[in-house]
Amino acid sequence: MHRGSALWIAALVHRLSGLALAIFLPLHFLALGLAIDGEAKFESFLRWTDQPLVKFAEGGLVFLLTVHLLGGLRVLVIENFDWRDGQKQVATIAAAISAIIAFIFLARVF
Amino acid sequence: MSMRLYLWQRATAALMVPLVLVHIAVIFYATRNGMTAADILSRTRGSIVWASYYGLFVVAASIHASIGVRNVLAEWSPLTDRRAERLALAFGLLLAALGARAVYAVVLS
Repeated sequence: MHRGSALWIAALVHRLSGLALAIFLPLHFLALGLAIDGEAKFESFLRWTDQPLVKFAEGGLVFLLTVHLLGGLRVLVIENFDWRDGQKQVATIAAAISAIIAFIFLARVF
Repeated sequence: MSMRLYLWQRATAALMVPLVLVHIAVIFYATRNGMTAADILSRTRGSIVWASYYGLFVVAASIHASIGVRNVLAEWSPLTDRRAERLALAFGLLLAALGARAVYAVVLS
């Protein structure tokens, strides 16, 4: 796999998206944990997330989650089934589907 | 990465495929007309189904993320493998604890 090739980029995207999701998860859990102090506190946090910048960030997270899921599925399929053709196309399609899903998410929340 | 960690990484990945698909569907459903605490909590409070689903998700994600972080630290940081492993284990335990607290918050509190 050459540095800079489509599949090298796919592996890098998979690693970076996983790392970003790992960094986000504790914050996600802390936000949900606000409900321990009552519905009002959780609600005021959710109203804070109504800001456009936060919505864009959420769109980014939807992209990261989808691209990590599809990238991971590609790895699982390559490792467990006898199928090797068209990996570049599959990786590109995975990125495209993730971008489309993130875009639909943004179109819905704005 | 040892064979044991590799297998745990792949097993938790396979387990999370349906969990993530459902999670993405829930994200779209929950944001259909603005998220409110009342809307979310009315779904989750007292629900054994959501408690089991999110509980399993937290366990799988904590194991999966901790192995992933271990690999990134071992390959990309100057830490020794042993230190990377300890740090990743601590991160996994923190995730599991915060995740369990989050499930408790939306289901039982």
